[in-house]
Amino acid sequence: MVTKLMNWFDDRLPLTATIERHLTKYPAPINMNIWYLAGVLLVVVLVIQLASGIWLLMNYEPTAEGAFASIQYIMRDVQYGYIIRYMHTTGASAFFALIFLHMFRGMMYGSYQKPRELLWVLGWITYLLLCMLGFTGYVLPWGQMSFWAAQVIMSLFGSIPYIGEDLLTWIRGDYLISGITLNRLFAFHVVLLPLALIAVVFVHILALHEVGSNNPDGVDVKKFKDEDGVPLDTKPFFPYDITHDLYAIGVFLIFFVAIMFFYPDGGGYVIEYVNYEAADNLKTPEHIVPSWYYTPYYAMLRAITFPVLGLSAKFLGFVVMAAGIAIFVALPWLDRSPVKSIKYKGIYSKFFLTLFVISFFVLGYLGSVASTPLGTLLAQFFTVTYFSYFLLMPIYTKYETCKPVPDRIQLS
Amino acid sequence: MQPKSPPNPGRRKFLIGATSAVGAVGIAGAAVPFISAFNPSAAAEAAGAPAVADISRLSPGEMIIVEWRGTPIYVVKHSEESIDKIDMNLERLADPDSEIEAQPIYAKNKYRSRKVGISVLSAVCTHLGCAPKYYPQLGVVDFDQEWQGGFFCPCHGSKFDLAGRVYAGVPAPDNLTVPPHYFKSDNILVIGEDGDLV
Repeated sequence: MVTKLMNWFDDRLPLTATIERHLTKYPAPINMNIWYLAGVLLVVVLVIQLASGIWLLMNYEPTAEGAFASIQYIMRDVQYGYIIRYMHTTGASAFFALIFLHMFRGMMYGSYQKPRELLWVLGWITYLLLCMLGFTGYVLPWGQMSFWAAQVIMSLFGSIPYIGEDLLTWIRGDYLISGITLNRLFAFHVVLLPLALIAVVFVHILALHEVGSNNPDGVDVKKFKDEDGVPLDTKPFFPYDITHDLYAIGVFLIFFVAIMFFYPDGGGYVIEYVNYEAADNLKTPEHIVPSWYYTPYYAMLRAITFPVLGLSAKFLGFVVMAAGIAIFVALPWLDRSPVKSIKYKGIYSKFFLTLFVISFFVLGYLGSVASTPLGTLLAQFFTVTYFSYFLLMPIYTKYETCKPVPDRIQLS
Repeated sequence: MQPKSPPNPGRRKFLIGATSAVGAVGIAGAAVPFISAFNPSAAAEAAGAPAVADISRLSPGEMIIVEWRGTPIYVVKHSEESIDKIDMNLERLADPDSEIEAQPIYAKNKYRSRKVGISVLSAVCTHLGCAPKYYPQLGVVDFDQEWQGGFFCPCHGSKFDLAGRVYAGVPAPDNLTVPPHYFKSDNILVIGEDGDLV
């Protein structure tokens, strides 16, 4: 019966072939480790965000007058509304935590190198989309931090020479941040950006399944195949990988629901306390702090305190911040190393990758606290070290001595 | 089987080019409403329209408040005495030469005004957005022993001189913003437009 039904479908749609190609028979390298879980967990979070988002949408009111009250309505009156909302806020933080891990995995094991450049670029686009989703979503509750974050971030466009002011008015749709601005950010957050995200994630996975997964050794598993054309150093996704993944999803969800149920504010990091107050355009909060996942870039923005060549410090800070996010896309072309994985790369690569991680965390911390003269100095220093990982890469990857890479995966 | 090359490749190329060009024009045309809809709507434009104030009845030392784009704008007519004393306490100011661009180019002078004697200032403290109060009197006041006239923010104690220049050592970082404005005639002040830039 089932076979008959499948045959009916297979005559009209490549159903079995697609399932085998992308799921059950997908060849996964045998040495994949814990770092390879972030990808599948990101898909889980995407589903959580879509579901909780659609349910939030049922009770949210996208107007300057009603937005804040409708969030309170969801939190207090809608049955289990608070769980749905905390699911969405926790999911937003989980999204960024996981994509950072996922990106770091790629940087460690050289997963952006040939032939995975396009895969990396597609992943970078999902990161950009997530940044935009995070920002637009953050504005929707129309609390104090929503309003002022929108004010600060949008005013950055106003710092662009010559066209800034007009561009800013065009983006806001008004001469100040208003309900008009809220409405357009709402349209982006619930329609445009999720559609784009789903499309790009889909293509990202297609591209992954075309070139195949990298692995911690950076060995090309396609070099040695058995008589059926299946790479020797791989195992089929089903049942070997799916079991790992399901286990990981279970462990992940334990942490996820623990935060969602017992610690939804995340100490002011997941939901900032200032946002419990309705937006007031006449009262600026004491410290305007972005969500934790933007703090490294916020620190870069504030680190630029001096004008250069007649360009204002504000504009330059904006450029540096944007460059900090954009520069990831160049990695496939900055890395000149003959080897992929950090395991076989030389000492310089290890040093600069470590320096990058330290810079990222220090900047993240500095961006979350009020600025002090010392903090600004530190932020300037670590902005330089952050970029040195990328900009010096063509040099240090070329001139370091790498360890020989084995032909096949070595399981110790 | 490979398709044969078209009998007249030049004509084929021209037709593809012409079709693409017409298509591109169509796309550009179709983009117009989508881009334009992002601009402020007529309602937003009306709400953000320039504010007009008649200052003919303003005597020296007096101030009126004009609302423009949801924020209060102070319009002050200074007395001869305070105009003369504008340079009295430069050493106490953080940015006496208005280096930070908080004013249109025509107000980048020591009076921070387009017309000497008339200050047009946004009444939003550059610290946290409270409204500073106007204290034109000179001498000893509650918050200052040698007050030269100006604005004092009751929220966190920021001080500004009569030209809206911020004092050093107060929470507010920048001078009060001067909104774009021009004088339509001697006594008609338009806030929100630069007018003729001469």
